[in-house]
Amino acid sequence: MLDLQGITKTYGDFTALEDVSLTVPAGKVFGLLGPNGAGKTSLIRIITRITGPDAGQVLFEGRPMRQEDVLQLGYLPEERGLYKKMKVGEQAVYLARLKGMDKAEATKRIREWFERWDMSSWWNKKVEELSKGMAQKVQFITTVLHRPKLLILDEPFSGFDPINAELIRGEILRLRDEGTTVMLSTHNMGSVEQLCEHIALIDKSHKVLDGAVNDIRRQFSTNTYRVEYTGNRVQLANALSFTGELLDVKEGEPYSTARVKLGPGSSLNDVLKQVVHGVEVHGVQEEIPSMHDVFIRVVSEHDPATVGSDMTE
Amino acid sequence: MGKIGLIIWREYITRVRKPSFLIMTFLGPLLIAGAVTLMVYFSLKESSEQLVLVVDKPQLLTDKLKDGKDIHFFYTQQEQSDSAFKAGPYTLMVDVNEEVLTTNTVQFFYKELPGIITQRYVQAEIEKVLEKEKLRVNEVDPEVYASIKTSLKLQLFDIDKLGEESKDQELAIVGFFLGYIMFFFVFLYAVQVMRGVMEEKTNRIVEVLISSVKPFQLMMGKIVGIALVGFTQFLLWIVLTGVLATIGSTVMVAGKYSGEDLAGQQMTVQMQEELGVDADEMPKIDESAVLGILDQINIPLVLALFGFYFLGGYLLYSSLFAAVGSAVDSEAETQQFMMPVTIPIIIAIFIAQTAMQNPSSPVVFWGSIIPFTSPVVMMVRVAMGTAFEQPWELALSMGLLILGFLGTTWLAARIYRTGILMYGKKVSWKELGKWLFYKG
Repeated sequence: MLDLQGITKTYGDFTALEDVSLTVPAGKVFGLLGPNGAGKTSLIRIITRITGPDAGQVLFEGRPMRQEDVLQLGYLPEERGLYKKMKVGEQAVYLARLKGMDKAEATKRIREWFERWDMSSWWNKKVEELSKGMAQKVQFITTVLHRPKLLILDEPFSGFDPINAELIRGEILRLRDEGTTVMLSTHNMGSVEQLCEHIALIDKSHKVLDGAVNDIRRQFSTNTYRVEYTGNRVQLANALSFTGELLDVKEGEPYSTARVKLGPGSSLNDVLKQVVHGVEVHGVQEEIPSMHDVFIRVVSEHDPATVGSDMTE
Repeated sequence: MGKIGLIIWREYITRVRKPSFLIMTFLGPLLIAGAVTLMVYFSLKESSEQLVLVVDKPQLLTDKLKDGKDIHFFYTQQEQSDSAFKAGPYTLMVDVNEEVLTTNTVQFFYKELPGIITQRYVQAEIEKVLEKEKLRVNEVDPEVYASIKTSLKLQLFDIDKLGEESKDQELAIVGFFLGYIMFFFVFLYAVQVMRGVMEEKTNRIVEVLISSVKPFQLMMGKIVGIALVGFTQFLLWIVLTGVLATIGSTVMVAGKYSGEDLAGQQMTVQMQEELGVDADEMPKIDESAVLGILDQINIPLVLALFGFYFLGGYLLYSSLFAAVGSAVDSEAETQQFMMPVTIPIIIAIFIAQTAMQNPSSPVVFWGSIIPFTSPVVMMVRVAMGTAFEQPWELALSMGLLILGFLGTTWLAARIYRTGILMYGKKVSWKELGKWLFYKG
């Protein structure tokens, strides 16, 4: 769907992005992650053609992206707003027409959305009369109304209560099922795990990680397993001695839980073969790191010193 | 409708619908019409009937003065004491002494100063009778007298412009007025552009918009949309002012005179007719001077040039103001950038003042050529006619203005597209300079 190749962007002597390449697969939800100031917004602005890259290119559906392609995009910026003095319906129609829709079609679709979300009575209200959450819903509708092929959502859940956040989450999945590619930029790792099939992580102007969410989590797995057992803790530890390491034990009823890290060269099977001699095993589960853990590990490991030297190159 | 058309439409319609636009549109002409009406009203106003006691010692006037509406003449030959007049029922007293035919002077006493109409009326009535009396005494045929009577008109000529009567002074005033109006409106609407840009930036809607349209389209759409608002307002003002002024004066005057239009020089004509006085016999107000100015101004040409220079000046300044609006986060921050942008147009007003006194000075020449001041300064020269002496000057000025606004628009667009996305940063001049060279 979207290929970024070697994107570099500088503002004066500040480097916002350096040689960032990534691929957003079609029909999936793609997570664009990164700490504040990493360059996510700069990257999104390049995709939306708000700014141009200094180097590199953006391929849209396999060919270099053109200005007309922005009509196929829907972009919900993190900092968002509407004309406060303009009426809701009129404003939604205006924004849709800027995306190339004709007036009648835009009006019809907006009415449909408004009915679906039970907000038809807002049509003639001014935006300043709406609450923040209400305005956000209007804005979400205007973003997706023209059925973009690529939907770019920057922190789409901020400002929503849990019920409306769930509503938006459902819409994102529905749009994906209808074939829309979604690019989601967020700090909410829970929603990344829920929604995203692929992610890219940007830190200090560089892409530091990308791939399928499940692969990444496995890749960051620490070979740690939770073993539920009954029996003697000391026997468990003895049984493990050569194949693994006992990290900690939580005694409990009916089962105690031990966290076991596999030793170098050992497989889970090797460990289990030993353990069953010491205690009775009732369950085993791999501890897969959450995206939250992955994020923190990657960002804290990404040494600022190396980035500093990159920037001066 | 293209995207830029959509933007223009939105800028236009949201402004024209605003209550403040309607208020301004109706209040403007109301204020002007109100002022005109008040002027007419006060010049015509008579508090009540005037009872004029004519102390006719030479017995020249008795029963010969015609009563007017609300003006009644009474006659006596007896000298009246001040206290008798004060106590008496008469509001005015005209003291005509024996020597009136040689001194041509009468004394006019009032309790309350009568309006100009009453004064003129009394004056004209007495003049008529005295003239007739003089003609009779000198045995002059009134017809002969009419052909002899001379009213001298002084025609002024500039030796460099022979064949053309000079009205430089009056023209200069007209020109300065045009220049000032130009200054006012260019500034008024350019500031609106700035506010519009700031609104979009502080609203944060700008990022959504420029993911659909190019920043340049957004900026130009706003500038053009507001220009159309300006032209709409002009048009409505002109129409409404005309209507209101007419209605106002008609209503005001209807009670006293059946005239339809008492504004300007026509008022005197009207008064003369209504008062039943021949134009010759009225003290002359030089209406030919006013008409002469109008004759000498090629109105369609001046209006066309006004339109051109307004558009050029507006485009030039509004793009600069758009750039200022894009560079700041709040109204308070605009100050540092407003000053340098505003100074040239204020300088233009000073040059325009110079132009009134000394239209051929080098300052005025350069002022009318340089695009930042030419819309204001050239209007003075256009009105005075000096702009047409050397057609290349006008052509150069107009050409430079076009280049000027293309240049400022280009410059502004580069600052704008960076500025609208820049938040929470106090922007310096150096910073603005850098933005010019960012790659789009």
